[in-house]
Amino acid sequence: MNGKMAVIGEGDGVLVFQSVGMDAFTAEDAPAAARILKEIAERYRVIFVTDVLAAQLEEEIGRYASQAYPIVVPIPSVNGGNGYGAELLRRQSERALGMDILFRGEQGAGDRPDGEDNAR
Amino acid sequence: MARINVNPTRMELKKLKARLKTAQRGHKLLKDKTDEMVRRFAVIVRETKRLHDEVEAEVVDVLRQFSLASGSMSKKEIALAFSMPSVSLELECATANILNLEIPKLHLKETQGEEYPYSFARVTSEADLAVAAAGRLVSRLLRLAEMEKATAMLADEIEKSKRRVNALEYIMIPDIEETIRYISQKLEENERAGLTRLMKVKSMLEERGA
Repeated sequence: MNGKMAVIGEGDGVLVFQSVGMDAFTAEDAPAAARILKEIAERYRVIFVTDVLAAQLEEEIGRYASQAYPIVVPIPSVNGGNGYGAELLRRQSERALGMDILFRGEQGAGDRPDGEDNAR
Repeated sequence: MARINVNPTRMELKKLKARLKTAQRGHKLLKDKTDEMVRRFAVIVRETKRLHDEVEAEVVDVLRQFSLASGSMSKKEIALAFSMPSVSLELECATANILNLEIPKLHLKETQGEEYPYSFARVTSEADLAVAAAGRLVSRLLRLAEMEKATAMLADEIEKSKRRVNALEYIMIPDIEETIRYISQKLEENERAGLTRLMKVKSMLEERGA
């Protein structure tokens, strides 16, 4: 089974990925990105979406969560990531384990008292 | 806890006992499965996080480099220069099976073309750097995609399977147990009632005979 890769981003930045064999789509805002995503989800196996857009498209992306393909992955944009990808990982670990095993050390203990996360 | 609505007969009792056995066995198996998934998830999620941080930093680097390069060109020129891919990527998509969960498995087949897809006259050297870096990044981006999907699917599956385990442990099994208790009590009571009736009849007969 062969597939292709695509990038959806809000600026010209994504064009660089076109030169390495992916197809780039530019979307100026979230609704446009949602339209593109819906259109290309069938044709592409892996779709990278810049995290600013991905954060707003949670519902649309969630639709593909239960099947293996397409894979929709957030990537940072030129201005650096907004932490959405990391946030997703954190949420998943909370869902699966009932607690967050990745970021506990990084954030101050003050704003995340122990046990609060574990309550399910 | 609710008792299941069945007739208190030996037949039902037998059926329920079989169901209880199945439920207990299913509960044990599901619980083992969940435990194993949780263990794997803990490993995978850590690795995904590490890869995620690395790749994220590199993507930002590539994009910065590219925006430097594209700053000196017009929009039209950029679109023109970068619209032809230098390499054609062939992506082999398969699925792997962990604990009965279909996760994606990607394999990249690169067919090398010319290294830079544009004429050197029109594009600055910064663009070369960006394109080269992006090329190196592709395989790791794919690895990340694969891992992130696996993490997401595993998290989803763990949640579902936990819910099933809990439903079995706290609802199904206690319900069945209570119903079994109810039926056997009812049967015993019937037996006792029959016995007393017999004794009563016997004493009445004796009285009449005397």
